[in-house]
Amino acid sequence: MTQPTEELSIIGKSLIKPDAFSKVSGQTKFADDLALPRMIYGRLLRSPHPHARILHVDTARAKAHPGVLAVLSGDDLPIKFGILPVSQDEEALAGEKVRYVGDPIAAVAATDEWVADEALDLIDVQFQPLPALMSIEEAINSEGEPIHAKGNVHKTVALEFGDTDEAMRAAAHVREDTVFFEGNTHLPMEQHAALAQVAADGKLTLWTSSQTPHYVHRALGKVLEMPMSRIRVIATPNGGGFGGKSDIFSHELVAAKLALVTGRPVKITLTREEVFYAHRGRHPVLMKVKTGFLKDGRITAMQFQSFLDGGGYGSYGVASTYYTGALQATTYAIPRYRFEGVRLFTNKPPCGPKRGHGTPQPRFALETHLDKVAEELGIDPVELRRRNLPKADSRTVNWLRITSIGLGECINKVVEGSGFLTRRTSMPKGRGLGFAVSSYLSGAGTAIYWNEMPHSEVQLKLDRNGGVSLLCGAIDIGQGSDHILAAIVAEVLGVSLQDIQLTTADTDLTPIDLGSYSSRVTFMAGNAAKAAAEKVRDRLFAVAAKALQCDADDLIARDHRIARRGRPADGMDFAQAVQLAEAQGGGVTGTGSYTPPKLAGPYKGSGVGPSPAYSYSAAVVEVDCDRKTGEVRVPEVWIAHDIGRSINPMLVVGQVEGSVYMALGEALMEEQAFRLGLHKFPSLLEYKSPTALETPIMHTYLVETIDREGPFGAKEAGQGPLLPVIPAVANAIYNALGVRIDEVPITPEKVLKAMHDKTKRVGPKSVPAFEFPPLIKADVPDEWKGK
Amino acid sequence: MSIPERVAVRLRVNGEEAALMVPPYKTLLEVLREDMGLTGTKHGCELGECSTCGVLVDGKPYLSCLSMPLDLEGREILTVEGMSADGRSHPLQIAFAELGAAQCGYCTPAMLLTAKALLDTDPHPSRDAIMEALAGVLCRCTGYLKIFEAVELAASRDGITAR
Repeated sequence: MTQPTEELSIIGKSLIKPDAFSKVSGQTKFADDLALPRMIYGRLLRSPHPHARILHVDTARAKAHPGVLAVLSGDDLPIKFGILPVSQDEEALAGEKVRYVGDPIAAVAATDEWVADEALDLIDVQFQPLPALMSIEEAINSEGEPIHAKGNVHKTVALEFGDTDEAMRAAAHVREDTVFFEGNTHLPMEQHAALAQVAADGKLTLWTSSQTPHYVHRALGKVLEMPMSRIRVIATPNGGGFGGKSDIFSHELVAAKLALVTGRPVKITLTREEVFYAHRGRHPVLMKVKTGFLKDGRITAMQFQSFLDGGGYGSYGVASTYYTGALQATTYAIPRYRFEGVRLFTNKPPCGPKRGHGTPQPRFALETHLDKVAEELGIDPVELRRRNLPKADSRTVNWLRITSIGLGECINKVVEGSGFLTRRTSMPKGRGLGFAVSSYLSGAGTAIYWNEMPHSEVQLKLDRNGGVSLLCGAIDIGQGSDHILAAIVAEVLGVSLQDIQLTTADTDLTPIDLGSYSSRVTFMAGNAAKAAAEKVRDRLFAVAAKALQCDADDLIARDHRIARRGRPADGMDFAQAVQLAEAQGGGVTGTGSYTPPKLAGPYKGSGVGPSPAYSYSAAVVEVDCDRKTGEVRVPEVWIAHDIGRSINPMLVVGQVEGSVYMALGEALMEEQAFRLGLHKFPSLLEYKSPTALETPIMHTYLVETIDREGPFGAKEAGQGPLLPVIPAVANAIYNALGVRIDEVPITPEKVLKAMHDKTKRVGPKSVPAFEFPPLIKADVPDEWKGK
Repeated sequence: MSIPERVAVRLRVNGEEAALMVPPYKTLLEVLREDMGLTGTKHGCELGECSTCGVLVDGKPYLSCLSMPLDLEGREILTVEGMSADGRSHPLQIAFAELGAAQCGYCTPAMLLTAKALLDTDPHPSRDAIMEALAGVLCRCTGYLKIFEAVELAASRDGITAR
């Protein structure tokens, strides 16, 4: 049952989050802020070659260096790991081969970081360099030694829902586009760090700036061959994550091993350059999209192809591949859909999940494609979207279940707010408006490793003074998850935020939460927190009802009181109720958990894409283009986001604004580009990202749809609002200059080139010849049969 | 290299004198964090590119990752730990907390100190002046807007120049 807004005292209010003062005072302890007595420092030796066989590693000179306490190489950590059970292809220290510049080979622990660095220079490695494969085309066409033994093709997907060829033939209008989205990286301001300590009894503790401590816990157990009960992982508050700290990293495993070997606490903090090479960020993706339309603009069918440049290892890549094809149909009602995707290994740092995981690239393809179609059909781009909106409580042709959808209202907000329809035809010279929409997951519906257990659990322990200890595996990465947990529990129990004592992301103390990824924490940990709070509240209500001689259903918990509805005097203090419950039945504790409903469709590969709810966003972006230099500035952005319900509107707006910022960086300047296997600009100065001076005016509209399965109706906020902004920039540039830049980032060089080219376009002309496997022809849900 | 030589250095940090023995190659950033326990000052690149390590020296923004402690003897160094006084937060700290201007909080100490340097010389800055002053401090979370708004909120309150 959804509570009416007026009955809520904490949910929906822009309150100060619990960790705010800790952060503004500098008290928050990030991983590298930790130090332990007798602590020593670890450093990693990384490959200078993009692709090479390791012939010999000689650590003798490094071991003999004064101050060095241990040196490790591949033989010391031979067990392979990977974030996905299907991609266990990484070694903490490469044994036989390196696959990208930066691939770790050896490690040193020394009394001083400088000494450790000196010792790295004393490790002698003999390489046999191999030809490096630095692009999708090279990976497909290479006849030399493949990057992994099974070949350069990491993953293929070929799915069809209904006969798309037939539907294309019946369409009144068909268009095909080919676009490219270059890779870029998360660039969290905090560099990754990990600190490992081994107690006298042999128990290992690892503090790490990780979004996924549970998965790190599992990997440590596997690689170190230790029972997980002998390992404790504590995630420290992340100084920015954006997906970049959701993998398992060499330095985490190595710090642990060095601590085991030396018996001393060992800290490894990556340098900024190492963070660029650790990566796991946005995949470069080459895409081809073909769509059929009726005369009135309704979509009849879509065929989508993705080519992902995966880098040297699997990482999340199997999921990333599916994601490039999964969410097209949650945004538009597509009656027939075909998706073919392939991920290639290349000799670059491994790609993985970055904000929007696998979906900003196809979103860019799809939304620029629709902008072009709208012009060809003579329908305005807003109307074209409106004619194709999916319905609430429906199922897409690829079996994704939609609950609430506020996309129509999001569109109205940004179109009205910006005056898009009237202004775009009369913009001053060099100025333009662009429009795009999107959808995103509120948490992945399936866990990374197959299991039947909950995705999130919360434990509560009430003390006699009315304080509430809240324990949960979730980790705050700046998105405000601590606030979400505290606010939900405080609301249900009728106490204040200050009464909640949080303990998070400590595998010894906190029950499971799968991690701060896939926009899952508000929805999943939020639901677990609500369930836990309701359990203890019901127990308090039972004892209070007895004492007050009333019905438990008649009670409410509010303002530190448990009292009869509408009669606040007729009740007792919250602490009194806790004491009464404790006297009658012992300690007042409760656990709540959340397991997503089983949502996967009846086909192989249906595990990626389902989510218990989808968020929706719409954006209008204004650009100001310099026709002489090709430079594009963004003075103003209008963005609307269907949040379900805002647990804290201020934090939601913060997520939306941060998403817009990050999207503008990706759209206009950020890229991971390589030369001779080396990152062209692995530094904060040369890897261009927006500064305070590039900040546009942002108009943020929150649309509430009160999702029936979200905690208090909430959906995600952290990733979805990034998605429509990038294509909206490209569409605005077309509106301003009449050129199509079908390639991200849209740099001044590309704009100028397009302006001076006959085709008025910059972008890929075709996709490489590649034989996808035979299509898996999946059944379509009943509502799409015969359509 | 064996055990590094150490040199005596006297620093005045957050109004307190400290006499330290540190290796001469250590930067102010490292000495603050590792020798004085002032971990509120963060590192983002250690190359002077992101300003995450920003502190104030004689009231002006200073990159601690590029500064050598021996050069700063006799100067007044302020870190985030010194922003609050008598148990009370600085108005900028309060405004940042109130408006959600600190998301992950990692750039926040440098952002706060840089904003303080601005308000100390220009108590009611324009939005453009704020953007200009903060342009060197990178933030990846907020999109900067809430930071600008927090600086403006703090500026609108009395007592901003008290410290």
